[in-house]
Amino acid sequence: MSPISRRKLITGGAVTMAGVAGLGAADRIARRWGLIPPDSGGIYGPGETLTYAVQRLIGKHALAREFPRGMISKMPFMNEVAPPSNAFKKMQAAGFEDWRLVVDGMVDHPLALSLADVRALGRRSQITEVMCEEGWSYIAEWIGTPLHLVLQEAGIQPQVRYIVYRSIQSEWWESIDMADALHPQTYLTWGMNDGDLPVGFGGPLRMRVPRQLGYKSVKYITHLTATDSMKKFGKGLGSASPEAGYAWYAGI
Amino acid sequence: MEPSAAGELCAFCAMLPGMATAISQPRVAAPRHTALVRVTHWLTAVAFVALAITGYLIVLSHPRFYWGETGNVNVKPLFSFHVPSSRDTVPTGYNYVLPDENGWSRYLHFEAAWLLVLTGLVYGIAGFRTGHFRKELWPARGERSWAAYWRALRGVRTGDDGSQSYNVVQRTVYLSVIFVLFPAVIWTGLALSPDFNAAFPFFVDVLGGRQSARTLHFFVSDLLVVFLVVHVTMVALAGFWSRTKAMITGRAGGAQGREKE
Repeated sequence: MSPISRRKLITGGAVTMAGVAGLGAADRIARRWGLIPPDSGGIYGPGETLTYAVQRLIGKHALAREFPRGMISKMPFMNEVAPPSNAFKKMQAAGFEDWRLVVDGMVDHPLALSLADVRALGRRSQITEVMCEEGWSYIAEWIGTPLHLVLQEAGIQPQVRYIVYRSIQSEWWESIDMADALHPQTYLTWGMNDGDLPVGFGGPLRMRVPRQLGYKSVKYITHLTATDSMKKFGKGLGSASPEAGYAWYAGI
Repeated sequence: MEPSAAGELCAFCAMLPGMATAISQPRVAAPRHTALVRVTHWLTAVAFVALAITGYLIVLSHPRFYWGETGNVNVKPLFSFHVPSSRDTVPTGYNYVLPDENGWSRYLHFEAAWLLVLTGLVYGIAGFRTGHFRKELWPARGERSWAAYWRALRGVRTGDDGSQSYNVVQRTVYLSVIFVLFPAVIWTGLALSPDFNAAFPFFVDVLGGRQSARTLHFFVSDLLVVFLVVHVTMVALAGFWSRTKAMITGRAGGAQGREKE
């Protein structure tokens, strides 16, 4: 072996060690800045973490594209919905007067809001695209109350890092980080295209997270929980999606 | 560190001894492929095969393609495939639904996309710095004519050592794949990311909308798959093991390899 090659090997070794040390430092910084998703373990963890971290670094406050009224889909696709339970049908017959949205966890004032209470907190609308991970999409006007106004009413505590949201269908539960929870386009939606939100599209209350794929926009929302860690929920992966093999972060 | 990340590092480390050997061996002749080209070639190969397989699996969940911003089963498709789907939300004419493979397919698709993009960045930057593109892929001075293309297509060898350099058709194809098709497939793929579109709406708007981007992503991917098939066929015709060995060890196959050509 010639001396030049030995020097190259030593240089290569030093570069490799610096790289490993660099990765360790990057990991610590990423954790402190909240750039690690709850489903960062396993063989797909590195790719998922890179995607989430880069998206949060380049566009934490970016707004989802909004469209002119003329682009609203004439026939939006109503995705399959599990048949409603008897309890749901009873509430539907009564105009959802008994529907309650519970807000609990790390909040100063736990709430149990009726739909009228939610509406009274504020009304906004957006014309955005629903994008399903299968590949299809449609544009609709979504009318609702920004989630941050509801969280503000409940007084979320400073250590909160995620908002967990649950559906009346207990198998559907999701969570989002504070970048999406406090985002101005994240709504608790109760209206669509100038009318009430139809049951087929998630009425009476649907979470709308327009910067992520459709499966984060959970229908029939009944429960919000503010938390500082996803470890305590389900298998600790962030939501029902990763437990079923799908990424927690659907902003890609 | 996650076991997965360690596994990936180990796979990379396994290639290092080969690189070190290439460096330390006395230079009898220049290696057919530099260590940079060999390592990035195989990382790209692994990433691309993973992307192609998972990409087609994802298409199976909605084997319809549209043009413009929106598209769904209530909209007339640009074209659709008459195959069974992995979802029951799509009318296919088949009375059964394939198993859903989208979860792991999507995880792997985006992880492999990162491997492809990072490898491509290393290859692209190093390729310019070392003169790899200029010396080995840009058509040589005497080869920039239609006559040269015609000669290459008829299989006429011009150099004194045909196996050591690419002809003008090969160079044109490689440059197109590296500087047109791969950038295009990455661009159209990024245009499908909702959060990336929020940050950079230009990426999707310039393509004519989300569904146009999805359709273009599919076509460009198909062209890359066609390239892969032709590429592997040509390698097989030229002597599969000698060419593959050259891309792993850097050494050309020698007399044995030549005879097969």
